[in-house]
Amino acid sequence: MKQNSKYNNDILRVNISSLSLRNPTILASGFLGISQELFNKLYRYGVGAVVSKSISTQPMEGYKNPTVVSLGNGSYLNAVGLSNPGAESFSKEVISNKQVPLIISLVGSTDSDFLPMVKKFDHLNICGYEINLSCPHVTQMGMEVGDDPEMVNRIIKTVKSYSRKPLFVKVGVGNSDIIAVAQIAKDAGADGITAINTIRAMTIDIETSMPILSNRIGGLSGKPIKSIGIRCVYEISKKLKIPVIGCGGVFTWEDAVEFMLAGASAIQLGSVIGYEGIIAFSRITSGIKKYLERKGLKNAMELIGLAHKY
Amino acid sequence: MHINIDHIRIVNIDNIIEETPSIRTLIFRDKLSSNAHPGQFLMVWIPRVEELPLSVMISDKKMHAAITIRKGGFGSTALFNKKVGEIIGIRGPYGNHFTIIKNMKKALLIGGGTGLVPLMRLATKMNEFGINSTFVMGARSKTEVFFEKQANRFLKNTKHKVIVTTDDGSYGFKGSATDTLATIIKEEKFDRVYTCGPELMMKKVFALASEYSVSVEASLERYMKCGIGICGSCCVGEQLVCKEGTVFNEKDLRLMTEFGRIYRDKTGRKSHIVDYN
Ligand SMILES: Cc1cc2nc3c(=O)[nH]c(=O)nc-3n(C[C@H](O)[C@H](O)[C@H](O)COP(=O)(O)OP(=O)(O)OC[C@H]3O[C@@H](n4cnc5c(N)ncnc54)[C@H](O)[C@@H]3O)c2cc1C
Ligand SMILES: Cc1cc2nc3c(=O)[nH]c(=O)nc-3n(C[C@H](O)[C@H](O)[C@H](O)COP(=O)(O)O)c2cc1C
Ligand code: FES
Repeated sequence: MKQNSKYNNDILRVNISSLSLRNPTILASGFLGISQELFNKLYRYGVGAVVSKSISTQPMEGYKNPTVVSLGNGSYLNAVGLSNPGAESFSKEVISNKQVPLIISLVGSTDSDFLPMVKKFDHLNICGYEINLSCPHVTQMGMEVGDDPEMVNRIIKTVKSYSRKPLFVKVGVGNSDIIAVAQIAKDAGADGITAINTIRAMTIDIETSMPILSNRIGGLSGKPIKSIGIRCVYEISKKLKIPVIGCGGVFTWEDAVEFMLAGASAIQLGSVIGYEGIIAFSRITSGIKKYLERKGLKNAMELIGLAHKY
Repeated sequence: MHINIDHIRIVNIDNIIEETPSIRTLIFRDKLSSNAHPGQFLMVWIPRVEELPLSVMISDKKMHAAITIRKGGFGSTALFNKKVGEIIGIRGPYGNHFTIIKNMKKALLIGGGTGLVPLMRLATKMNEFGINSTFVMGARSKTEVFFEKQANRFLKNTKHKVIVTTDDGSYGFKGSATDTLATIIKEEKFDRVYTCGPELMMKKVFALASEYSVSVEASLERYMKCGIGICGSCCVGEQLVCKEGTVFNEKDLRLMTEFGRIYRDKTGRKSHIVDYN
């Protein structure tokens, strides 16, 4: 497609496991992520890949509103409660996907939840999976699963036994040591790690003394979590030698470069969309490109983990 | 002091108007909402109960605005039952708004139910700009007619007509609002048709206006969580109703294959729209 040619730029192309992306920017799970028409639009606007909203076996309504609170200064608190249309309905949504590099985020409580879902998606035009083991605000899904090493192992083995597509495991900062969870994921056969998810947090309205989120506690995203994300990406990629996708508070090309220097092969954008809309993708990619040119680098992958040697 | 419109502002309910047995207008003081553009909405927090997107209604009192709520499910009923002196939280106003064409002479406003709310604020603009307006209001029956007097009052400085239709004929013209539109759009030339209400009604309005080559703006409703363009729950195809809408013109509507057809529920699943009376 002609209109996309400006986004086909070898200097920005990155490979992560068996994936090859035209640039390192990826839509983070849970943002804008339920409509194929929106995915197509994101691709027209220059996204490198898209991660869908986390999908479960059955449709989920999620929590009552308020589910998203804007905290200002580039940060949000959310407890959406993993609302999603369910695997059956969502597989029909993306059946028409032609050109968008689409990663399906999956969430579940036990290994037996995952096989039926993978069977619904594996024959479609999708490029991989991201297993969400890190949603910090839904019991028995996400983070609580991530805290159970045996379950993490079984889930990954189950998906890998059926699918040849790359599998990423999304980890977060919670009760378990993030490196330990990533290690288990790697040992079980994961192709990469996405770090990090939101971090458990809360906000209270001082006029009413009431928590604002209907679930009271939610997950913090945006600028305040960036440096935690950088630390996690650095430690995981350095210790585990596994491809890492960085996420958390990326608002500028400088943030993206910092994540890559820490060891990320690509970066996900979420909260920034609330401030800039989907223009953020092309703005950040062109910033990375200029930086690479200024530094005399031939490809974005040369940035990955450069900070490890110091 | 700079106010971040995304932060919840706690407001006191100063007054309540009973519009019909199931519809009430709650008035509160809030400068930002009092200056809202027609078609914009607020996210209204009913503490520890719900948060709902609601159009900004106009209030006669300076620095005040209002919301007009129809009692239905859990959240809307809790809001409907609020008393004077109780508090709610608001954030916004959000979304784009209805627009007026340069040198506009004649407008047609058509809506039903709480879809009339954004049209009321628009009516005051018509008055301000001296644009002649015909306002068609649809209701099921006489007991559900509201805002007729206010509309006449808001449009008092211009040449205007307020036409009420009821499905059962118990008040005004018998039939639907779009039946009336079909008659008058044949006889009179309008610069633009503005509509808000049940989506299948708006779809008919759009079809009729297109037939007579009249420009249209329609305000759409979708399930909203964030109201600020991040969650994607309000999407119609590739558009976000909370951000790129709620008001769409004939060019947008023509490209929206889901307009008048598909609504996504809380889970994001698609269902067919069957909401017309
Ligand atoms: C931009 C916009 C402006 C609106 N303006 C008004 C208004 O001025 N007056 C008015 O009475 N109503 C308005 N609504 C509808 C209102 O938000 C609620 O949908 C309605 O009051 C039902 O609430 P409930 O608690 O009875 O819902 P429930 O009983 O929980 O659900 C019934 C249906 O209401 C709708 N609904 C519930 N929550 C939401 C939500 N967060 N976002 C969108 N739809 C929802 C869904 O279609 C749902 O199926 C507006 C909606 C939108 C999107
Ligand atoms: C409203 C909202 C919904 C989210 N939903 C999901 C989800 O379904 N699955 C998931 O793995 N992460 C989800 N996340 C977390 C993001 O994917 C991301 O990890 C986090 O927001 C940090 O990135 P950011 O600072 O760029 O926003 C959600 C975040 C927000 C704000
Ligand atoms: S309501 Fe969240 S994007 Fe519109």
